[in-house]
Amino acid sequence: MSDTILQLTDVKTHFPITQGFLLKRHIGTVKAVDGVNLTVRRGEVLGLVGESGCGKSTLARTILQLVPTTGGTVVLNGRNLADSSARELLAARRDLQMVFQDPYASLNPRMTVFATLAEPLFVHGVCPPAEVPARVAELMRVVGLAPRFMQKYPHEFSGGQRQRIAIARALALEPKVIVADEPVSALDVSIQAQILNLLAQLTKQMNLTLIFIAHDLSVVKHISDRIAVMYLGKIVELGLAADVIDRPRHPYTRALVSAIPTPNPDIERNRQRIVLAGDPPSPINPPSGCAFHPRCAYARAECRNAVPPLVADSPDREVACVRLSEIS
Amino acid sequence: MPLLSVHDLRTHFHTRNGIYRAVDGVSFSIERGETLGIVGESGSGKSVTCYSIMGLIPQPPGRIVSGTAMFDGVDLLHCSPAEARAIRGKRVAMIFQDPMTSLNPYLRISEQLIEPLLIHEKISRRDALSRALAMLDAVGINDAAKRIHYYPHEFSGGMRQRVMIAMALITKPEVLIADEPTTALDVTVQAQILELIKKMQRELGMAVVFITHDLGVVSGLCDRVQVMYAGRIVETADTRTLFHAPRHPYTRALQRSIPALQSKGVELYTIPGLPPDVSKTIPGCAFAPRCEFASARCTGGVPELTALSPTHSHACLRVQAGEI
Ligand SMILES: Nc1ncnc2c1ncn2[C@@H]1O[C@H](COP(=O)(O)OP(=O)(O)OP(=O)(O)O)[C@@H](O)[C@H]1O
Ligand SMILES: Nc1ncnc2c1ncn2[C@@H]1O[C@H](COP(=O)(O)OP(=O)(O)OP(=O)(O)O)[C@@H](O)[C@H]1O
Ligand SMILES: [Mg+2]
Ligand SMILES: [Mg+2]
Repeated sequence: MSDTILQLTDVKTHFPITQGFLLKRHIGTVKAVDGVNLTVRRGEVLGLVGESGCGKSTLARTILQLVPTTGGTVVLNGRNLADSSARELLAARRDLQMVFQDPYASLNPRMTVFATLAEPLFVHGVCPPAEVPARVAELMRVVGLAPRFMQKYPHEFSGGQRQRIAIARALALEPKVIVADEPVSALDVSIQAQILNLLAQLTKQMNLTLIFIAHDLSVVKHISDRIAVMYLGKIVELGLAADVIDRPRHPYTRALVSAIPTPNPDIERNRQRIVLAGDPPSPINPPSGCAFHPRCAYARAECRNAVPPLVADSPDREVACVRLSEIS
Repeated sequence: MPLLSVHDLRTHFHTRNGIYRAVDGVSFSIERGETLGIVGESGSGKSVTCYSIMGLIPQPPGRIVSGTAMFDGVDLLHCSPAEARAIRGKRVAMIFQDPMTSLNPYLRISEQLIEPLLIHEKISRRDALSRALAMLDAVGINDAAKRIHYYPHEFSGGMRQRVMIAMALITKPEVLIADEPTTALDVTVQAQILELIKKMQRELGMAVVFITHDLGVVSGLCDRVQVMYAGRIVETADTRTLFHAPRHPYTRALQRSIPALQSKGVELYTIPGLPPDVSKTIPGCAFAPRCEFASARCTGGVPELTALSPTHSHACLRVQAGEI
């Protein structure tokens, strides 16, 4: 398909767990990402949501090849990143940028805004050195920061301004894809809104593709074209953004949506939540079959046997639940 | 008598660019068993207020210029180091906003969790470890027995945050100060954590100061809310009144910015203008330059927090004058 920019096929990222200090013994494996298939379209905003620890950040880092992949392929613009050479990877990084979950830890505290933004321009030789200052000023304007702040250090900015610096750095190389890991969680609602408007505008103007990870489902619904829901290393539901939130199909998505807090004390105090029974599952010893079955109100014996595949439920919706037709 | 009562707190930072008045005259109090929400602009001084109470302001550049924070007859801002140690971290505990900078990356989670117990209670290492395990379980980290020996970087963002929560709750504090404790959690785990806090509150009569940007969480959890802007409290009310009848223009603008209340596909409402530069003395109301209702009156003098009813106060001169 010509409008596919990023194609993930059966992607797996596992971490070994070791015990002991000098003689490390292997005592298990965390299957953080375990068989993800996903097609990302050029120019779309794909929201990625799911339980804490389900593997969203690991999937993001896998797409950028920041962690070694255990299996599967990540294909960007027709090129398989998993078996690219270091040089090819450096070239691919120009097209693929990440905004990290933690705005405090992701900027170097000893580098001014200018140094932070100029570094990728120099490394990749994007423009002649003489033009770098003008280009940095331009980037700052794009994200709504006054260029006169160029010589300031990260700690001199508020959380929202720091997050804009991180976004400006991601934009410096004019990437085709940005993976943003919880870019607005730490910001007040007005600054959140500014950043969301900025990202929405950039995707339109620059035909940028955005993978947007967040926990605030109303934010994800607002900005995304499609939403993918992850549970324990796998995608369990995928569909059009408003549709997934307004009409969730997978039992996990239903529980998730029912827990969204509403900014209205009268509603919030009298609401019915689907309380999930049991503990979140362990990625070290995942449950057999459908990983959600121990907590699922609709689970039957069959759910324990085989891992349900993600299958089309309607033209715009894929769901991984074998009991779907019986429970809706 | 309130359990914790903060009066006229002013915390300033002396930097090469001038004096930042991060907190500039904040007063509030909280009763046993009560939950007070603090919301407000990013950079308005919410965290610095809490750090001041916890004695965690780096000095220099920071300086607590004035104020008292009374807890059980002791002024936390002026007591002896020994008195402070007996209270902070045990009877008054805090969950920090940023887990990665407050967890020690070189120490296993187990060591960090039992540390407050070993310091404050006569308890064996073994018993401390089993309390730590139970607490990790309570915050929803499964396989706790294995994972307690992890280093912080081996946890996901939300799991680190839950470790911080476990660390604060493990000493069964009387006052819990929670600085954006659930920002990295999905909504189901968040609901579980809020239930845990409510349960401990019922059982121990714990008072909770809860800082958050999520007004949905505030509406479900808090008895009262105070709104901060530029180092001051601009409005405070019981939760229902604050949501249904906010008076200060900043509170109203904040409410208008909530994405959940705006329709998809349109540009989100944002408050125009830039956050104030607190290194300059601001004549009058700090919100005036961005306020759609501002008039000449607003730049005249700094508006004081004035009671509209016993439970509702705000600091807007024009609302006080009945003009809007
Ligand atoms: N060590 C420091 N040196 C200089 N200024 C500081 C320091 N710590 C905090 N500040 C300043 O104090 C002000 C208040 O910061 P604070 O962290 O309390 O904001 P906040 O309300 O918690 O915001 P957020 O919602 O983004 O967490 C900010 O303008 C910040 O730049
Ligand atoms: N370096 C590592 N070593 C061992 N385990 C790891 C490592 N990094 C992540 N994990 C594990 O992988 C799983 C997925 O973590 P990940 O950070 O991807 O979750 P997440 O979905 O981003 O969660 P959150 O919403 O809390 O940020 C977790 O169980 C975590 O403990
Ligand atoms: Mg994460
Ligand atoms: Mg803060």
